[in-house]
Amino acid sequence: MIQSLIEPVSTYAGEVDFLFLLITVIVMPWFFLAEGMFFWLMWRFRYQEDQPAMYVTGNEPELKRWITVPHAMIIVLDLVLIAGAIRVWYMIKQDLPEPHETVRVIAQQWAWGFVHPGPDGLLDTEDDIEIADELHVQVGEVYHYQLESRDVLHNFSVPVFRLKQDALPGRRITGWFEATKTGVHDIQCAEMCGIGHGIMAARLFIHTPEEYQAWVDSHAPQQASAR
Amino acid sequence: MSSQPTVEHGHEEHGHEHHHEPAFIEKYIFPLDHKYIAMQYLLTGMFMAVFGGFFVYAFRLQLAFPGISVPLYGTVSPTEYNALVTNHGSVMIFWVAMPVLIAAFGNFLIPLMIGADDMVFPKLNRLSYQIFLASVVVLIVSWLVPGGGFGGAWTAYPPLSAKAQYSLTPLGSTLWLVAVALEFVAFLIGGINFITTAMNSRAPGMGAKDVPMVVWMICIASIMFMASVGPLIAGAVMLLFDQNLGTGFFDPDKGGDPILWQHLFWFFGHPEVYVVLLPATGIVAEIITVFSRKKLFGYQTILYTAIATGVLSFFVWAHHQFVAGIDPRMANVFTITTVLISIPIAEMMFLYIATLYGGSIRFTTPMLWALSFIAEFLIGGVTGIWLGASGMDIYFHDTYFVIAHFHYTFFPIAFIGTFAALSFWFPKMFGRMMDETLGKIHFWGTIIALNFIFIPLFVLGAAGQHRRIYNYNHYPELSTPDLQSLRVLATVSLLVLIAFQFVFLFNFFWSMFRGEKAPANPWRSTTLEWTTPSPPGHGNWSPNDMPRVYRGPYEYSVPGRDEDYWPQNQPS
Amino acid sequence: MAAFKPIATTRSATGVLTSKLAVWWLLASEVVIFGGVLCSYLMHRIAHPEWAAYAAHTNEWIGLTNTFVLLSSSLTAVLAHNAAEREDGPLAARWLLATVGGACLFLMIKSFEWYTEISHGYTISANGFWSFYYTAAGIHASHVIAGGLIMLWVANTARKNEELHRVENVGLYWHFVDIVWIFLFPLLYIAK
Ligand code: HEA
Ligand code: HEA
Ligand code: CUA
Ligand SMILES: [Cu+2]
Repeated sequence: MIQSLIEPVSTYAGEVDFLFLLITVIVMPWFFLAEGMFFWLMWRFRYQEDQPAMYVTGNEPELKRWITVPHAMIIVLDLVLIAGAIRVWYMIKQDLPEPHETVRVIAQQWAWGFVHPGPDGLLDTEDDIEIADELHVQVGEVYHYQLESRDVLHNFSVPVFRLKQDALPGRRITGWFEATKTGVHDIQCAEMCGIGHGIMAARLFIHTPEEYQAWVDSHAPQQASAR
Repeated sequence: MSSQPTVEHGHEEHGHEHHHEPAFIEKYIFPLDHKYIAMQYLLTGMFMAVFGGFFVYAFRLQLAFPGISVPLYGTVSPTEYNALVTNHGSVMIFWVAMPVLIAAFGNFLIPLMIGADDMVFPKLNRLSYQIFLASVVVLIVSWLVPGGGFGGAWTAYPPLSAKAQYSLTPLGSTLWLVAVALEFVAFLIGGINFITTAMNSRAPGMGAKDVPMVVWMICIASIMFMASVGPLIAGAVMLLFDQNLGTGFFDPDKGGDPILWQHLFWFFGHPEVYVVLLPATGIVAEIITVFSRKKLFGYQTILYTAIATGVLSFFVWAHHQFVAGIDPRMANVFTITTVLISIPIAEMMFLYIATLYGGSIRFTTPMLWALSFIAEFLIGGVTGIWLGASGMDIYFHDTYFVIAHFHYTFFPIAFIGTFAALSFWFPKMFGRMMDETLGKIHFWGTIIALNFIFIPLFVLGAAGQHRRIYNYNHYPELSTPDLQSLRVLATVSLLVLIAFQFVFLFNFFWSMFRGEKAPANPWRSTTLEWTTPSPPGHGNWSPNDMPRVYRGPYEYSVPGRDEDYWPQNQPS
Repeated sequence: MAAFKPIATTRSATGVLTSKLAVWWLLASEVVIFGGVLCSYLMHRIAHPEWAAYAAHTNEWIGLTNTFVLLSSSLTAVLAHNAAEREDGPLAARWLLATVGGACLFLMIKSFEWYTEISHGYTISANGFWSFYYTAAGIHASHVIAGGLIMLWVANTARKNEELHRVENVGLYWHFVDIVWIFLFPLLYIAK
């Protein structure tokens, strides 16, 4: 359902969308059942001359069943739901696959700094490409991101990836993603970070390998100094 | 407030030497009588609701029509937007929901429903209100100081809230924090009073099972508040020092930890949502039993579910911090507890629904509000499950899905619950009836508009729209015409909702002075508050005629009796 | 002015005096406040082994003296309670005043201690340890001050043989303040 509102563009986005569906299927029938029962009772037992109210305490076994049976079923369904939730969580946040490359994401009031590894594919070398408000990645490769903040809390949020992570000053948090489709998408800051929080936007560029190579070549620092 | 007691009050409990009615100042400005303190809380809460509503009016218009000059406000700058959102949230929770549901109705109902003449500590009660009033003043001042009001969200995460160089509201943030801390102290004092009153001052014969549900709920809520707010009070002191003395409790450069604040805040913040929920469900319990002429279905089980919810709610707080940088393994634990809390709440809702079974339901205004509480709260509760599922919350965290989720719980609690309670107890409070027709107009206008405000917000949230953003034009994926039209729909519905509130305000103040005179027991209800005149005099009952209790609170339609209700104080 | 009481205050469905019940609830709420401070401190302390070096600059002899002062004042509070039980208001008032004396002594020693520490440059903003040191002990000290003031007020009514039950209530509160210190002392001074 979410995919009809916003494209899924990472390997785990589909899993998140599926989890949404799973929860919907588990929870909504109960919701409609409860609401349906509620409105039916309201109608059925509306005030009528010839229908006095009954005296019921709620301890009658044949009535109590109506509460205890759903109660037990909800416990069982909750377990399914928890399993689904933890599976997706584990995949996104706990189990990091080996990266093809690592990028560094530095948040500060109110801009994003992205450090790309450059031609040698390694961070913290001479040829790193530092650029504000643009993240460039290749499609179909696993990336790690190292998230940092220079001042307050920020949140690195890429809705098409279904990815979100707070950035904390004094910490470096690592996570991963793998894009599945080329395109250009929004990156947002999703944690209140002061006056400019509303404009702390960046763009995500997902390239084909060739395009990506071309971008790296044209932006690597040597070129910049040669020009 | 106009017509005054018919009851004698010359007995020893009278606060002062003179034996006439307390003078105006004592009675209305510095009252000791729980009923007048309740009125003070109620009116202050309503006054603050107007601010909370005005703020949301200003910022929703900005969201629908970015950059316009909002009528009565002007253009909304990013700084102002943040301050408006922050103070909207803080005001609605701390200065509307808490004072109205807990303090006003707790004060009014507890002594009346347990058959006491007042709270056990009237002076403490007055002190509690005065501290609360001080917190209101400090908060309002915080909006007016240079730099403007605090804009770091109602959760006030440091370092943003801790350092003026980041928030740019040096005075605003400190005053906001002081106001919140004062408010906590006021409710701590009030809570102790409520709990001891309900424990010790019940009418002779009133056992634990004879206590009306709403009294139980307010007491459980007060205990939860007391048990959860302590760490945050400590946290507030620490944050205050970080702001003003240069300490570094939450500053990583000085060996502090910003996440500590989040733990302290949510350890309180999550129980807090149930602190306001429980009194509202208590109110609903009183009303649905009266108007379906039914005993509450499974009184004891409801009580257990409330206690279970209360206990569980202390173990779920980190579901607000799934992606905040806590240890990812911890998220799994909190997902489990969070999803499990759905069980007692689902059961409680089912029991309420079952109460209608076999009833004889009359759709009066209070009943409509009470029923709509259940219908709407279920939407809010159910959507909490998506958020509680950690994997899903990665996507939904800090989107409008969260906003819609909690407004579907908070609006029913803070407004629907209050409207239900007000229309139900109005006769007892003011001695006059509210107008039914106006009440129903207000009801339908509010309920329909409500859903048109918040259903669109679910869709926007599912589309990835984040919170606390003053203008979505910077985000190509969020500034499509389709999404913008949903924002406009929500805002226009809000305007409709606000328009219908004037019906309420008119009805409220008009009925207070001009409404039809109310009999002592207009709804033919069983609980003790209906056995005194409307409104009750000083001391509630005459001192030598205090009520005695013979049975539980919900003896409606007992077989073999002429009347379909059997008051608690009637000897068999 | 004769103290007035609503009928509500004189009832006792639980069998416990209302005011005593309220004091217990008050203490319950205080426990979580101090619990919050101490848990925060412990979390940080475990995460920062280097704080032990800062803690070495505290003076455990002064801390110990203060512990002794507070414990003795708890004893006089008990004696005040005993006197009140025997309905000897004036004696209870005198014992309460002695307890207030203990509180004052505690605060004087504390001021001296803080004065020396601050003059050595260990201020509240020096580092995380000192922040917690002053905050935790400061919140505690504010309770000592509040307790002292309440005891003066209670002593004044007890002297006239009125409201003697308050002597026990304020004593309960005082024991609590004492116990908090028993937790603070080892955590702030001894753990090194
Ligand atoms: C009174 C208010 C209130 C109430 C009652 C609730 C109730 C619940 N809330 Fe909500 N919540 C808030 C107020 C409230 N919440 C607020 C204010 C925030 C945001 C704060 C901020 O960040 O500013 C928030 C945020 C919030 C989050 C964090 C979102 C995020 O920021 O990422 C989560 C995550 O777990 C959550 C979960 C829940 C759950 C599981 C419940 C449960 O208690 C709901 C249980 C009820 C039901 C489940 C319905 C009845 C059951 C059935 C009909 C049966 C069918 C059910 C099943 C089969 C499971 N809430
Ligand atoms: C009890 C809590 C409560 C209530 C009732 C409301 C009510 C409303 N809220 Fe609010 N809201 C919050 C608590 C609440 N909110 C919180 C905690 C936040 C988060 C803040 C943050 O991020 O820091 C928030 C944030 C928030 C946002 C997100 C802003 C953003 O992130 O950018 C939005 C957006 O639409 C919104 C809308 C609304 C609307 C349209 C209403 C409407 O339903 C309001 C309608 C009400 C009125 C117009 C007032 C009418 C008053 C009277 C008639 C007086 C009579 C009163 C009595 C009888 C009591 N709210
Ligand atoms: Cu950075 Cu919000
Ligand atoms: Cu929560």
